[in-house]
Amino acid sequence: MKKKLTTVAFSGTEEQEKKLCELIEQHKDEKGALMPVLQGAQAIYGYLPIEVQKEIALRMGVPLSEVYGVASFYSQFILNPKGEHAINVCLGTACYVKGSGQIMEKLESLLGIKGGEITKDRKFSLDATRCIGACGLAPVLTVNEEVYGRLTPDMLEGILKKYN
Amino acid sequence: MIKNLADLAEIRERMQGKITFRRHNPGTTVTDGKIRKHVLICGGTGCTSSKSVQIKEKMEKCLVDAGIADEIQVVQTGCFGLCALGPIMIVYPEGTFYSRIHVDDVEEIVKEHLVGGNPVKRLLYAETVKGDEILSLNETAFYKKQHRVALRNCGVINPECIQEYIGTGGYLALGKVLTEMKPQEVIDIISASGLRGRGGGGFPTGRKWQFAAAQPAGKKYVVCNADEGDPGAFMDRSVLEGDPHAVLEAMAIAGYAIGADEGYIYVRAEYPIAVHRLQIAIAQARDEGLLGKDIFGTGFNFDIQLRLGAGAFVCGEETALLTSIEGHRGEPRPRPPFPAVKGLFGKPTIINNVETYANVCQIILNGADWFASMGTEKSKGTKVFALGGKITNTGLVEIPMGTTLREVVEEIGGGVPNGKKFKAAQTGGPSGGCIPASKFDIAIDYDNLIANGSMMGSGGLIVMDEDTCMVDLAKFFLEFTVDESCGKCAPCRIGMVRLLELLEKITSGNGEMEDLDKLEELANYIKSASLCGLGQTAPNPVLSTLANFRDEYIAHIKDKRCPAGVCKKLLTYNIDPDKCKGCTMCARKCPASAISGQVKTPHVIDHTKCIKCGACIETCKFGAIYKK
Repeated sequence: MKKKLTTVAFSGTEEQEKKLCELIEQHKDEKGALMPVLQGAQAIYGYLPIEVQKEIALRMGVPLSEVYGVASFYSQFILNPKGEHAINVCLGTACYVKGSGQIMEKLESLLGIKGGEITKDRKFSLDATRCIGACGLAPVLTVNEEVYGRLTPDMLEGILKKYN
Repeated sequence: MIKNLADLAEIRERMQGKITFRRHNPGTTVTDGKIRKHVLICGGTGCTSSKSVQIKEKMEKCLVDAGIADEIQVVQTGCFGLCALGPIMIVYPEGTFYSRIHVDDVEEIVKEHLVGGNPVKRLLYAETVKGDEILSLNETAFYKKQHRVALRNCGVINPECIQEYIGTGGYLALGKVLTEMKPQEVIDIISASGLRGRGGGGFPTGRKWQFAAAQPAGKKYVVCNADEGDPGAFMDRSVLEGDPHAVLEAMAIAGYAIGADEGYIYVRAEYPIAVHRLQIAIAQARDEGLLGKDIFGTGFNFDIQLRLGAGAFVCGEETALLTSIEGHRGEPRPRPPFPAVKGLFGKPTIINNVETYANVCQIILNGADWFASMGTEKSKGTKVFALGGKITNTGLVEIPMGTTLREVVEEIGGGVPNGKKFKAAQTGGPSGGCIPASKFDIAIDYDNLIANGSMMGSGGLIVMDEDTCMVDLAKFFLEFTVDESCGKCAPCRIGMVRLLELLEKITSGNGEMEDLDKLEELANYIKSASLCGLGQTAPNPVLSTLANFRDEYIAHIKDKRCPAGVCKKLLTYNIDPDKCKGCTMCARKCPASAISGQVKTPHVIDHTKCIKCGACIETCKFGAIYKK
């Protein structure tokens, strides 16, 4: 799957940077340390923003192209942060004909972001997903693990409020 | 700290009494101080997902409440194998087999069985209850035909306790090798045993070791491939979760045989329990001096590092795996040079899979002849399979090579459920093929499976019944390999996409007969021109279904019909007017408003609106809706 670069401004803390330096230091003399370092960095930041990749490239003396190449090759590495509440709108066929397209549009305008993005306060991320098998409830969205079905666009504000 | 063989023997003798009766050898008694029973609870991935950890905690609390905490030992083990019945609990020395237990059942088991001495019959695996008599698990159809070599300690010992492993004879093989044998003798015994690689290709293990040993002395590596990526396969995971030390010990033996002092285990990050237990095992082995410098005081040094994969199927291919350990994109490299000559960081390397290593110590201890006495002429020993799909006893089984597919599916696996008919078994995952019902009696070994258009692979065995569409199945595997192709070579990167497009054309009803020839031609090009094992085997699901189920392809093309009723675009949903009561339920459920009709009169489905989601069939209480 193609990975989309994030548009979210990087907001790493000094504490995170300190941890990252320690991590790199720890793996300094290890052969082939890039993967364990990226795995550790993702554990620190929750994802791998380009700023972190640059930092890793610089400190490890590896070209950024290679760091990015590895980060984008493996499905486990995430280049885009997820929100505190991850919203997934089903765009499977059954949901789509019942208007999940409009649900997606309305959410995009309510949150001020596009699908695949995250709000500035990192509270919500919005993604489209394949069929989740709840066609009887179409159109459906999930927030974290919670499923909301038989949606109409005017219900969305109320759902978002529950998480604010 | 274990400094020599005498130290090892001391631990073994102290632990032995605690372990032997867990194998349920008749006549063995508990010799473990005040302890009179052991309660084994499965801590494998399957049972953990169904709350076995909470069951263990509840059990420990109930034992304290009942005042018998010092008489009963609770042990968390690896996988017992019969995952369909999880969570599983076994009480020794009697070997009582509790299945599908719930946290709320624990109190009753403690009160009735562990205090009162009467097993709770309603919670026992049904097959073990014969009137008043209660059979042990070894007497059930699932276990009777199995022969456990690689899995011998899984479900027997606590994998997080090195002493228990030593109690089963653990690290004795390493001790024997280091103190009594020359490296060449080790290779000779592995060669003579006939052990072949359990990860897929079936290359003779001894020969692989010989190649690496023949390289000039210097830095060499031993690698364990634990990047088990086939969807539906969990053999290696279970070995690592249930008996991690067996793999560490075998890697050290391999290191001695080829002259390496460093090993890497490349394990999937998606296996958190396996990773955790490996970390514990490596730390314990280092503490005891069984990994590190001067092992058993012989001057032999060997240490192991753990490397986590990051979700790429291609990294199961040996050269891609090595590239990934080196910290790069997991792309394969051309062979030769083979890893035995130029492998990890450019040094001679042997790379074996988890299950292969799990056999090594037993071969050293019991001899090449013992191992070679099991199996068929060219495939020696046993093989672990992960049974899945349309089969009653989903789980992990280990059988001698040469067991027939019928025995595995019908006897050990309990057959196809719901009265459906066996249609085919898929082995080898996305690289393998399907064995149709007409070949149900073939003996399972490396060469027989290849001769029948499939392959052993790492040991996934997915059973399919008449409801499985073989064209759709081939498409499923192709979607997987297209997604996982690393993109380095064109035949795989481009060819597989074209192959998938042809299958999509056929399953959506637009296929032409000449597409079948195109499929075959392209599939063979991809097989012969791809760089690595992924591309070379990825067309196999297409070729094997074409060979064995060509009539299904033809039905999709000529009759525009999917015989199994799977391919959505070729289906129509219809309402039987004789059965429909006009309850309007389906019309209300239909997400596309495709169903119309008056109350109490038969409804109809508008095929132009129907999106074939199946919601109506699930809703109808009268069985009036059918697909054709």
